[in-house]
Amino acid sequence: MTDITTSFSALEKRLLNDFQHDLPLSATPYADMAAQLGVSENKVLNTVRKLQDDGVISRVGPVFTPNRIGVSTLAAMSIPPQELECVARIISAFPEVNHNYERDHEFNLWFVVTACSEEHLDIVLHEIEQHAEYPLMSLPMLEDYFIDLGFKLQWA
Amino acid sequence: MEPNKLVAQLSAADRALIKIVQHGLPLVSRPYADIAERLCSTEQDVIRRLQKLINNGSIKRYGVVVRHRELGYKANGMVVWDIPDDSVSKLGSCIGKFSCVTLSYRRPRRLPDWPYNLFTMVHGRNREEVEQKVEDIVETCGLEDIDHTILFSTRRFKQRGASYTAPENTGGPASFIRLNTEDTAP
Repeated sequence: MTDITTSFSALEKRLLNDFQHDLPLSATPYADMAAQLGVSENKVLNTVRKLQDDGVISRVGPVFTPNRIGVSTLAAMSIPPQELECVARIISAFPEVNHNYERDHEFNLWFVVTACSEEHLDIVLHEIEQHAEYPLMSLPMLEDYFIDLGFKLQWA
Repeated sequence: MEPNKLVAQLSAADRALIKIVQHGLPLVSRPYADIAERLCSTEQDVIRRLQKLINNGSIKRYGVVVRHRELGYKANGMVVWDIPDDSVSKLGSCIGKFSCVTLSYRRPRRLPDWPYNLFTMVHGRNREEVEQKVEDIVETCGLEDIDHTILFSTRRFKQRGASYTAPENTGGPASFIRLNTEDTAP
């Protein structure tokens, strides 16, 4: 496997690592980052844009707390392997499904369903079961023990 | 704590703002002025609303959001644990402190099919690295007697977008906000 992390410049590494949380809410956040990094604002904007184009930065902005803005649940299904792709496609087509992964377990399909209310979530879960024609196990989050400070990258 | 009871009361203005910022700030010198223009609002008001969402806990983290997979962390293991109810909070916090961990949630058991009540996401460059990190976690947090299993993701199915089922077909209100929660995936 080629190690992508070795190809980043020093500036890119700092942009990826140093601003994952507590970005100040100033009117000019990129100029503030630039001042901290000792480069121009344009350099920051262009580098962030490049990292975004390369797909290593998803975005600059907020990560929302689960179940505060909307409600969500983690759902699992046990699907015969020969039908998995078809069922996964049906489930991915729901706009309320944000992620859909195959995992190597008897419960082999795992996805997150997000809705604006408990009522809407229940309706969607029921519809997914009807369309997929398999029962669904819903595992809503009860407590969050993770303090999100971003993901510390280890450079090779 | 009852799940899903903390849903914040949001004004229409907050919802409109969230709908824009969930995709990230514009890459321009004055991003909040740019957003304000789209909302017929002011730069100051946009910043004030975002500060409120941070202060009331609706925003958990604010900054650069990276993609693990594209950074070479190609293996993600959902590690599930069957922990006695009275120690799940302590152990969930212990596991959540590891730098390779990006989620630590308590979820309900569904007996007899599903005995696990703690879900943690462990990232590594490959399966072996994830397995090694899980061993470190077991040792550090004293989980030798706790049953656990690692569910590796083997395929990420693509989303087709919103064309198949429109919100009105699913009974949801039109103001429904789909959060971009990719970085906190299961």
